[in-house]
Amino acid sequence: MATNATTPSNSQNNQPHIIVKNLTMAYGSFVLMRDINFTVRHGDIFIIMGGSGCGKSTLLRHLIGLKEPATGEIIYGDINFTRADPATRELMLRRFGILYQSGALWSSLTLAENVGLPLGEFTDLTPSQIREIAALKLALVGLSGFEDFYPNEISGGMQKRAGLARAMALDPEILFFDEPSAGLDPISSSLLDELILELRDSLGATIVIVTHELASIFAIGNNCVFLDADSRVQIASGDPNGLLANSQDPRVRKFLTRGKEKGEGLGQHG
Amino acid sequence: MPEPRYPDHENGGLFAFDKLMKETGNIAGQGAVSVTRAADSTLLIKLSGPWHLTRDVPSGAILRKELESAAVLKGVSFDTSELAKWDSGLIAFLVQTSVACRAHGIDQDRAGLPEGLKRLLELAEAVPEKKGTRSAEVKSPFFERVGKSTLGYGLSVDDFMSFLGELTVAFGKFVRGKARYRRVDLVEVIQECGANAVGIVTLISFLVGVILAFMGAVQLSQFGASIYVADLVCIGMTRDMGAIMTAIIMSGRTGAAFAAKLGTMKVTQEIDAFTTMGVSPMEFLVLPRVIALVLMMPLLCLYADFLGILGGLFVGVGMLGLSVRGYMQETIATLTLTNVFGGLFKATFYGLLIAIAGCLKGFQCGNSSSAVGDAATQAVVLSIVMGVVACGLFAVVFNIIGI
Repeated sequence: MATNATTPSNSQNNQPHIIVKNLTMAYGSFVLMRDINFTVRHGDIFIIMGGSGCGKSTLLRHLIGLKEPATGEIIYGDINFTRADPATRELMLRRFGILYQSGALWSSLTLAENVGLPLGEFTDLTPSQIREIAALKLALVGLSGFEDFYPNEISGGMQKRAGLARAMALDPEILFFDEPSAGLDPISSSLLDELILELRDSLGATIVIVTHELASIFAIGNNCVFLDADSRVQIASGDPNGLLANSQDPRVRKFLTRGKEKGEGLGQHG
Repeated sequence: MPEPRYPDHENGGLFAFDKLMKETGNIAGQGAVSVTRAADSTLLIKLSGPWHLTRDVPSGAILRKELESAAVLKGVSFDTSELAKWDSGLIAFLVQTSVACRAHGIDQDRAGLPEGLKRLLELAEAVPEKKGTRSAEVKSPFFERVGKSTLGYGLSVDDFMSFLGELTVAFGKFVRGKARYRRVDLVEVIQECGANAVGIVTLISFLVGVILAFMGAVQLSQFGASIYVADLVCIGMTRDMGAIMTAIIMSGRTGAAFAAKLGTMKVTQEIDAFTTMGVSPMEFLVLPRVIALVLMMPLLCLYADFLGILGGLFVGVGMLGLSVRGYMQETIATLTLTNVFGGLFKATFYGLLIAIAGCLKGFQCGNSSSAVGDAATQAVVLSIVMGVVACGLFAVVFNIIGI
């Protein structure tokens, strides 16, 4: 398992990168979560966690502009994403890389074309340069030699890695992961965790992960928000290892200890 | 009496089931329940015989009757000394009993029940029923339903209009050469909804020509005017039938395919991936499809016109004894460019409708595999309805302007 999770090497450390203010998420008149507040610093590996159906993925959809907040706002650096006009938003979106839960590779394109498409759309590179960069990105996630495969010809874990290669195509500032380890075996999942750490350290990217995989949470997360489905508010935030050691909230403790803990004496994870 | 036990799977699933069926077949009688009232106002429930779902098991009504009829009960206890094998049938009965007891504030003494059964009952009751999760079937009044569905239609018109608006913007970009799409995609869709559709269009249009000819022949041959079958088929095909039949074929074939393809991309979040990548799905996915179908429909329609006339010729020459030359001359004399171009114009318009309906329904698809099927169905229904309505409007308008 990867270590040194809490020492981001980014020089802009502690500068807020993403600020969420009083965010309320709703489907029509049904309020899913209200009053969410958190700050993600540069170089953080930020975990959005909570039980099933609490709105983790919906929060992610808000962060990447696929869904509009009912109230509240989302601020990236010093630009207000929620209030930005469509053109600004499009520019901001290009600085994001997103790995969807199912990979969401475009099924009619080969892996190289999947990775190359954003490059072709937003850069002035020639087709052969694009191909080279796409091959490089695929090699970074351990898929060299698979450039001309179609997504349905490779395994689920490989699709996920290819999705990551596509998310990294434009060297994003912020990488979003929706349940990266869902459907992966423990080894692939821990390899993915190491890859995420490596990306954070080498690219200096800020990383936001939706997950309820405890092993990953403790191994790589250094900041988090905990959403509670019953009370429909965030009930904790901060370093997950710190939460495990210090949180007094029984719901948080129950989650972080898989409901096994009775009293004290845990906290040897990570 | 052997210890009653839950049917296990020692011998592997299939065989165990087989064995179970045999055993239950061999045991005589079926599950029974009897109640006796003890002096201290407790109820003794005596369970006997085999309780299996494969046979009839007594319902919980017995206990309810006992509860309602009698004076105050303090508790219930169980006697299972004559109970043979049991399965979920018995557990369901006991859960019902338990619910009824709790509702009336009666204590249950489960000491008499077998150990495994007690544990399963505890498991079933471990998590209390979550309030409000059962969606109550509230039947709303007639006028409310009418109002809601009317508003729903209003919203769907809204969606349609905004889709149309976005498509127009995307088309504007396309005309100025700024739209982002892949030429390869456009060529592929053109092949898919053009060349690959020729086979079925051939078959259907030829048969439509044959049918038209027969319909006309029945009447026209009565007064020796069989030659006018050629006129009927020629006008019928070029003016309307060629276009509308091609439209119906293409909405079933291509409109459904568009909806299913885009719907699946919605489910697998591929469309989200385009949006967040800053690539407009409207330009990348919808535009090539609309352009391809709008280009291909008139070509297919022209081909269908030709095949229909050929079908008419086949009937005229084969059944009505007309000469090929005579039939062709009559056809050429009747054929007008106005009719042909009118038909082609209609076909182009139907193509637009089909492509829009397919892509719109694909985009509106929900997040499950059954939603993809629904999207395809709705796309076909919507495009055929819009096509036929448009056909009617065209007939009226063409008549008024004298074409």
